[in-house]
Amino acid sequence: MTDLISTVVAKYNYWIYITLMMIGLYAMIVKNNLVKKIVGMNIFQTAIILFYVSIGVKKGGTIPIIEHGHGQENHVVHAVDYINPLPHVLMLTAIVVGVATLGVALALAIKIYNNYNTLEEDEILAQVRGK
Amino acid sequence: MSEQYPALLVVVPLLSAFFISIAGWINKRWCFPIAVAALSVSVWSSFGLLFRVLNEGVIVYKLGGWSPPMGIAYYIDYLNGLVLPVVSTVALLNLISSKRIVDQQFPDKTGPFYTLYVLMVTGLLGIVVTGDAFNLYVLLEIAALTGYGLLAMGEERAPLATLNYLYMGTIGACFYLLGVGYLYIVTGSLNMVDIARLLPPIYQSKAVLAAFIICMVGVWLKMAFFPLHAWLPNAYTYANSAASSLIAPLVTKVMVYVMIRLILTIFTPKFAFTTLAVSNAVVWLAVIAIVMGAVLALAERNLKKMLTYIVVAEVGYMVGGAWLGNRDGMTGAILHIVNDALMTLCVFMVVGNIVYKVKGYAFEDLKGLFRKMPFTMGALVIGAMSIIGVPPTCGFFSKWYLIVGAISAGHYGFMTALIFSSLVNVVLFFRVFEICYFEPFADHHGHNNHSEGMDEAPVTMVFPLLIVAAVLILVGLYTGDIVNHVIRFAIPEAMA
Repeated sequence: MTDLISTVVAKYNYWIYITLMMIGLYAMIVKNNLVKKIVGMNIFQTAIILFYVSIGVKKGGTIPIIEHGHGQENHVVHAVDYINPLPHVLMLTAIVVGVATLGVALALAIKIYNNYNTLEEDEILAQVRGK
Repeated sequence: MSEQYPALLVVVPLLSAFFISIAGWINKRWCFPIAVAALSVSVWSSFGLLFRVLNEGVIVYKLGGWSPPMGIAYYIDYLNGLVLPVVSTVALLNLISSKRIVDQQFPDKTGPFYTLYVLMVTGLLGIVVTGDAFNLYVLLEIAALTGYGLLAMGEERAPLATLNYLYMGTIGACFYLLGVGYLYIVTGSLNMVDIARLLPPIYQSKAVLAAFIICMVGVWLKMAFFPLHAWLPNAYTYANSAASSLIAPLVTKVMVYVMIRLILTIFTPKFAFTTLAVSNAVVWLAVIAIVMGAVLALAERNLKKMLTYIVVAEVGYMVGGAWLGNRDGMTGAILHIVNDALMTLCVFMVVGNIVYKVKGYAFEDLKGLFRKMPFTMGALVIGAMSIIGVPPTCGFFSKWYLIVGAISAGHYGFMTALIFSSLVNVVLFFRVFEICYFEPFADHHGHNNHSEGMDEAPVTMVFPLLIVAAVLILVGLYTGDIVNHVIRFAIPEAMA
């Protein structure tokens, strides 16, 4: 039991991202309102962004700006002292992608609302079948 | 000049997309020529790359001079050297025939349509050419987001169907991204060749296993592999015909390419087929995909929707062939990427021409079309023969390799599914031919119109279609050369 708790606590970032991802997936599958589904989708994407950001962390590491960088080119860079910036940079791109996806999804939701006058999926499907 | 082909391939359509959107505000007539010019450059560079690969072997192009694994590199080997010309040619031919459809259906949206079109092709070409796993994700999303925009320009139900596609597509892309994250954790690299070099000592690691499975599920979602296919038929059916004849041939095929790239380059066949003993289960899933695709297609009374279920079945062909785990199966899968892109393009362009003239694609709209549109119908016959698998059309040869692969892997279920699907395709298409040939033409509003005159779609739509139909036969005739000079080198020696 203590073994389990210690693995959970030691890797809490993974547990958080998995939980968030499942919340997002749950909303996308179960919710009836299209905008709630879109929000679920965004939570899903954010979970993965958090996962990436968390893997760049190092214990005791600081922001990746080299100390004494100027004029001291011979200074040794201790990579251990700096957190890994690469996953953060990757996630800038992923955030942009997420925003773009959200924009497209909301635009589609507006088009759907104009067509059917509702955003509840069951009502829309009833109208589609009725035609 | 020819050193810069890998960059030109992607950068020219990317930049011209901005010019097209500006031209859309100033003078709409400029949009189409710019798009054609940009994609012509892509076609030229992709064929140039194919011939360079044939002469010199693998090409590594360092973007901005940054060498991998720090910078992003484009790798062009025999596999994507073959897929690139297919993607760019399909996009260009469909672009030419899309002009009249755009003029007819949404003349006020010319600028946005061509902008999205060219951006989508940029994304697809980028996915195929890139050698960086994260770069692939970004281009995947470029292709997907523009695809949603294009598919949503359609009938009343198009936005809803596209939104469902958007949910599934986003989950798929996120899964892929997550898998790349795990690979990054264990290897510290995003470059495909670098990852492949670092992975072998840690094949037993659970993280590598998780990365592989998550990536695969993501890619399967994007390509509509059977249990994950539900978004595809509606999204493709209700879209406008210019968009669906771009997206139906290319997106699923490019995703199959990504799957094969993951298996062959990043994880190597040894890991995918030997260390991980799931290939038999995946082939059985493919069998179900093929059978269900065929059965669901039989239930449709609507040409375009029937074709979308055939696309689902064809994805099963390629996934099954790749996962058979032998040389013939993989050859068949790679060859089928080429053939299926061309034959799907052919039949969807036929639907485009029919919709242009008849304004419908249900079976009752097709009556008497052999007299009315003989060239379009001739192309449909050739496309259908290829999907059924009648020699000398190209569909026969890839199916042949797949069946040989199934026999040598001892997987008779897959072989039976392929033959079953061919027989169902015969029924599907001959039912369509019967309606088109024997039933008298009735126009859309129900009055019988007995004029026997020809009323073919415009030349700019028929001519590209006839080229595609001719290419289907040409590729079939030159299959031996394609397999012996290109695909043979695309598959690692280690695969028996």
